[in-house]
Amino acid sequence: MKSVLPVLAVLSVIVGLWYAAVAPMNVRGALDQAERAGAEIVPEGSFTRFDVSVWRLMLDNPAHVALGYALDRPRLPTPAQVGAELWKTTGDMAMRGRAFSKRSLFYHGWITLQSTLFGFALGTVLGIAGAVGVVYSRVTEMSLMPLAIISQTVPIVALAPMIIVLSSQLGVEGRAVPKAIISAYLCYFPVLVGMVSGLRAPALSQLDLLKTYDASGLQTFLKLRLPASLPYLFTSLKIGIAAALVGTIVGELPTGAISGLGARILIGDQFGTPLAIWSALFAAAILAGVLITTLDIVQRLTLRRMGMSV
Amino acid sequence: MIVLAGALVFWAVAWAVNARLANSRYRDTRAVRVAVPVLFGVTLLILWEGLVRGLNVSPVILPAPSAVAATFAASTGILWIDFVQTFLKGALSGYAIGVCAAMVCALVIDRSLFLTRGLLPIGNFFAALPIVGIAPIMVSWFGFDWQSKAAVVVVMVFFPILVNVVQGLRATEAMQRDLMHTYAASYIQTLLKLRLPAALPFIFNGLKIATTLALIGAIVAEYFGSPTRGMGFRISTGIGSLSIDLVWAEIAVAALAGSVFYGIMAFIERRMTFWHPAQRG
Repeated sequence: MKSVLPVLAVLSVIVGLWYAAVAPMNVRGALDQAERAGAEIVPEGSFTRFDVSVWRLMLDNPAHVALGYALDRPRLPTPAQVGAELWKTTGDMAMRGRAFSKRSLFYHGWITLQSTLFGFALGTVLGIAGAVGVVYSRVTEMSLMPLAIISQTVPIVALAPMIIVLSSQLGVEGRAVPKAIISAYLCYFPVLVGMVSGLRAPALSQLDLLKTYDASGLQTFLKLRLPASLPYLFTSLKIGIAAALVGTIVGELPTGAISGLGARILIGDQFGTPLAIWSALFAAAILAGVLITTLDIVQRLTLRRMGMSV
Repeated sequence: MIVLAGALVFWAVAWAVNARLANSRYRDTRAVRVAVPVLFGVTLLILWEGLVRGLNVSPVILPAPSAVAATFAASTGILWIDFVQTFLKGALSGYAIGVCAAMVCALVIDRSLFLTRGLLPIGNFFAALPIVGIAPIMVSWFGFDWQSKAAVVVVMVFFPILVNVVQGLRATEAMQRDLMHTYAASYIQTLLKLRLPAALPFIFNGLKIATTLALIGAIVAEYFGSPTRGMGFRISTGIGSLSIDLVWAEIAVAALAGSVFYGIMAFIERRMTFWHPAQRG
């Protein structure tokens, strides 16, 4: 709780800087708009203004700078504009009973969330299975670990369009499966690494104790290694779900997706509506925050129930 | 069918060899440590080749590795132009700028406990966000050429490195700082001789994470507009024109560049943090 005040202070500084940056970023657009409305601008014509610095423009036309805070298609929208657009496409539509219309961010967020969770589940299962293999078999460890590290240095985005093409050629309908594969690819690695250290966390003396109990391999795994690995698991799950969300959005960006937050960014770019891009970005940020916080709460509850301090 | 069966048999044999090697008494020698993963990787390639040939997969869907290698060798000119555009100009310059900016910011933040408390949670949160989404905004701000790609990379690598450096700078113990104090060491001396070296493992962790992010950022930004060269450009147009083997060659270049970039960072890390327990093992 000690950090609430500093965080709020830093956030307000960021918002302040943002508002300050809007004026120089949007001054050209604002002056163009004012000129079209018939106002006197120094110098005249948007082409001659290209060679003049934004600071000069702001000094020469102080009356029209404020217009930059209310443009329809700003280069940099104000936080208030982004907030208003977010509300228009979420809360406002929900209140009018159209929460899941195709224009609402709830709908697109839901599409993204589905793929993220699917990919997260797939990646987690793969990561845990890989970790069990690595901990119990030397061959798997020696062959899998180096390639797992290399696999993460391959920029998955290069593969993303290929995965989409491949799965559509193989007759997989829709884009949910390829997106989930991409997020699973990004998500399995943190889980694998975390679980390997987690399953190896029990001390030698604890393992020896179970041996004196004549515990079988399965019993050792279920009663010692698995519980001991849970703190590591939750830490890597939080990293993994953020990675899975990145994977889904990257999977939605290239080559013409229609639904999903990434597709909103793409469409906003193609139709030249910056507000749509910004609101989709913020929606993705909020989604990431919600997912990580949920996992954090589950972690606290589970570990407290198991008698471990968080 | 024979090709497919051959590939499967090779897989079984290679796995058996690996199992023998991994459990033999030479298992801790350097040769075996390298040989096992290499053999595993080769097996995957041969399995891929066997599946594509044995099942007669159309090259439009999935080309065999040998076809990709042939395309790679035949179009090194294009690949080099794309590599320069995307990696050297876009990713590397953005990486350098982002790393420097994050380091300077971290040193400034570190001087104030209030700022550290405020910025660390925010930085952590930003590091988890899908920042690649800002690519279209950066392209509209900085134009189609590599400057916009570098801008995306700067933002992407900034937060992971900032968080790691700030955490690293706090990694010293009170006892060590007190010792520096008794030496009457100035802020700069303490920073250079104690705190920066102690922070190195954290800093390199951030640097290694950022290598992959830099490539991702540079490639994704090209999907939103680029001059007629670059790896992302070639991949998106290659899929449109069904020259899939060229796309796979680009992917191979990206994988190679990513691995080498990461490897260089890991090598420097090993040289500079030789004293750390993780490197001695």
